[in-house]
Amino acid sequence: MEIGVGLPNTTPGATGALLTEWARRADTGPFGSLAVLDRLAYDSIEPFAALAAAAAVTDRIRLATMIAIGPLRSAALLAKQAESVHRLADGRFTLGLGIGARRDDYTASGTDHRRRGALLSEQLARLRGDDYPGEILVGGSSGPAYARMARYGDGYAHGGGPPRAFASAATRAHAAWRDLGRPGRPRQWGQGYFALGDDDTARAGGDYLRDYYAFTGPFAETIASANLTSGRAIKDFVRGYAAEGCEMLVLLPTVSDVDQIDRLAEVIG
Amino acid sequence: MRVTIVGAGPAGLYLGILLAKAEQPHEITVLERNPADATFGWGVVFSEETLGSLRDADYASYLEITDTFARWDAIDISYRDTVLRSRGHAFSAIARKRLLAILQRRAAELGVKQRFDVEVDDIGALCADTDLMVGADGVHSVVRQAADGTFRPTSTPQGGTYIWYGTDLVFDAFRFVFAESEHGLFQVHGYPFDEHASTFIVECPEPTWRKAGLDQMSETDSIAFCERLFADELNGHRLLSNKSAWLRFPLLRNRSWHARITDTPVALLGDAAHTAHFTIGSGTKLAMEDAIALAAAFVRHGSDSTAAIDAALVQYERERKPVVERFQQAATDSAEYFARVNQHTHLAPPQFAFNLLTRSGRISHANLAQRDADFVRAVDVWFAAGHAVAPPPAFTPLTLRGLRLTNRMVGTAPGDAGLVLTPLTAVTPGGQVSPGSPTLCADADVARLRAAVAECGALGVLLGHAGRKGATRNRERGVDIPLPDAGAWPLLAPSPLPFGPVSQTPKAMDADDLAEVTDAFVAAAVRATEAGCGLVMIDCGHGYLLASFLSPLTNHRDDEYGGTLDGRLRFPLGVVRAVRAALPDDVPLGVRLTVTDWARGGLTAEDGVTAASAFAEAGVDLVHVVAGQTVAEGTPEYRRGYLNTLSDQVRNGARVPTLVDGHLTTVDEINTVLAAGRADLCVAEFLDQPAVRSAA
Repeated sequence: MEIGVGLPNTTPGATGALLTEWARRADTGPFGSLAVLDRLAYDSIEPFAALAAAAAVTDRIRLATMIAIGPLRSAALLAKQAESVHRLADGRFTLGLGIGARRDDYTASGTDHRRRGALLSEQLARLRGDDYPGEILVGGSSGPAYARMARYGDGYAHGGGPPRAFASAATRAHAAWRDLGRPGRPRQWGQGYFALGDDDTARAGGDYLRDYYAFTGPFAETIASANLTSGRAIKDFVRGYAAEGCEMLVLLPTVSDVDQIDRLAEVIG
Repeated sequence: MRVTIVGAGPAGLYLGILLAKAEQPHEITVLERNPADATFGWGVVFSEETLGSLRDADYASYLEITDTFARWDAIDISYRDTVLRSRGHAFSAIARKRLLAILQRRAAELGVKQRFDVEVDDIGALCADTDLMVGADGVHSVVRQAADGTFRPTSTPQGGTYIWYGTDLVFDAFRFVFAESEHGLFQVHGYPFDEHASTFIVECPEPTWRKAGLDQMSETDSIAFCERLFADELNGHRLLSNKSAWLRFPLLRNRSWHARITDTPVALLGDAAHTAHFTIGSGTKLAMEDAIALAAAFVRHGSDSTAAIDAALVQYERERKPVVERFQQAATDSAEYFARVNQHTHLAPPQFAFNLLTRSGRISHANLAQRDADFVRAVDVWFAAGHAVAPPPAFTPLTLRGLRLTNRMVGTAPGDAGLVLTPLTAVTPGGQVSPGSPTLCADADVARLRAAVAECGALGVLLGHAGRKGATRNRERGVDIPLPDAGAWPLLAPSPLPFGPVSQTPKAMDADDLAEVTDAFVAAAVRATEAGCGLVMIDCGHGYLLASFLSPLTNHRDDEYGGTLDGRLRFPLGVVRAVRAALPDDVPLGVRLTVTDWARGGLTAEDGVTAASAFAEAGVDLVHVVAGQTVAEGTPEYRRGYLNTLSDQVRNGARVPTLVDGHLTTVDEINTVLAAGRADLCVAEFLDQPAVRSAA
């Protein structure tokens, strides 16, 4: 299993300087991928723009959306953005797509929330029909999402949780892959949040997650409490995911501080 | 902290006890609407594992509880004038009233304030005076209602209609009783809970309950009806009512198990938070385990600040929710089993019993063999048609007409599989899924197939036509992705509806097309027998041509080949009859059948069973059960064995042998499916995969 690291494009106060420096360090660190999140109605840097910047300052590392909310863009614009990053990164790009979880993102983009699943399927069918060259992952935890993944994707992007949640999702992804008659096995990516440092750092990370996931109600507390705030917690998490067959585990920062990537590199290096 | 617990059932009292024992003492009040000695229900069941948890959590009450237990290790299944006994299931039960008395006394001893006969209506006011509010007040929780915008409960009725009686007959084991009445099948879930009495739950499907007139009967008439129906079992003993009423069981889930009312943290416990169908007997166990987890979360996080209390509630939910969800899945499978068990009355007693014991997916062939080796051996011997030395079911031969399979496992490549099945093989070049798909419409194809037969032994050929899902790219990078226009060929379908937004619009088949395709199926089947194929399978699955006639989503015809299910079946049935007529008598014929579209407005499982019956009548020997893929946006539910229940419905509803796929990943899963009579053959995924994964 490889370890990826998130680019802090949705954490508070992230700047261009932070993102490019972070990307440089990721490129020279023990990481297999550098991934971004996607939110429209939330203070953040647009994921394809952030990856374009990262592409300009990296040579080796794979760039990824983990995930991008496809239906917020038209099918043609999404394809254009993805192909652009794919070219800017010289093919080092994995396009993770999902429907996201927030209605207000759909309201902000003027997209019909009720059609989100069908819209994503259409986008995927068009990307495939137009021979989009890069790797495509599909996320989501419903039956239709697994079927969509197996019909159009190269693999599955899990949305986070303890290793046993990943294992259960991976079983479903495999079942769907078989059902659709795909050869081999789907690629499997997982993710988790981290904040490494003193109590203030952990608190800041928790505050960010509570804010980012405020729309889930009390579940935001559950996500915040799962934030990995020690080297030991990260190592246990990594071991758990590796045992369940994850191939790329992306650890996403919760604090906009470039020290975070160095601390993470130390833990997993 | 000050804790207010609403509801003095097992969950509420046990939480009170455990919190009162904490190092940092809490001020605990339990409020109960009913009097201290009122109770509903008869006995409650615990497994050995639960007893271990109770022992560790509070030894004093554990001792008292286990002192009065009824214990047993057998499950008796009374069915068709026989009683089959399966041993090795260690359970205990106690009268609910007795359990509550023990917990009340223990709580009092630890200083927990208990107030009975208190009607709790203003939760907001109670919250103002407490640091933690706990809703342990059951499935109709008043506490939950006070913040249902945060808890977001959903409730769905499950299973049949049931009534909770007691009896003065003392069973010596858990006992299932199945009794046929003129109105349909009734079943009893019975178990002893002390030396004087047993729980006696009667259940039947809702239509049966109405037909029997039970919806109109008084309490005493209901009892009289059940006493008559189960007179042989009761043997003169009485049924006892405790305000017992016929109910549907609600499956209750909450999005969140904790919330805030004004500023006070609130947690839900037991039935207020979740239910699991009574047929797996886990309600009280889950409730008391909730209490243990919540008390432990306070030990870990403390309770001296709101932040600490919040952290404890988050941990409680994180720990318990996945466990409860597993039980709810098993309980749902169990409830659905009992709702359609009347389809199983043709099964021989060993198979009927095995199906019952493995209904919830928690016990497999191997688990059961560990508990009771003799029982499983008897099932295996029965399965192997009486051979005294019986192999496990997966390795038992099967004969379909002139085809003898050495085992029950189906694969895609030569090797250990009893039957090898080809990929979809097109009966015309225009019926290919992709340019590389195999065809069987020329002499060269026959030679290729003959070579495959020589390599595989028993080879089944899956003959089909891709219909509107043809002319797609190979599956390396996706499925149902159309070829570029230059490489594509024209498509046929019942109606001119493209599969997806970028797919070709197919031509609606006219009478000539129908005749040509039928002839092509017949010609291909004849070629298959020339090549030596042991089995011909006609594809009517996954949205390909014949399946697209069957589904109302893809067949909008207004001629005799559309409309009602009969009309939509006409063309696929015609093909099957024509092929059957052309095949030698000793060659079995199968159909791969989508039995539900898993899509709104599509084919349902009931339609699938009807279609399977029609195929069986037309001479089909085997139905390969598949589902979905009719349209791009379906709602499948993937998990291990996700087609087992559908296969069970088809096999036992249409009384036709079935082949099931559905992500069966071990021989044990396959043994379980076969012995239970959910299918007769299983696709074994592992036959196609390397056995050992390298450690790198």
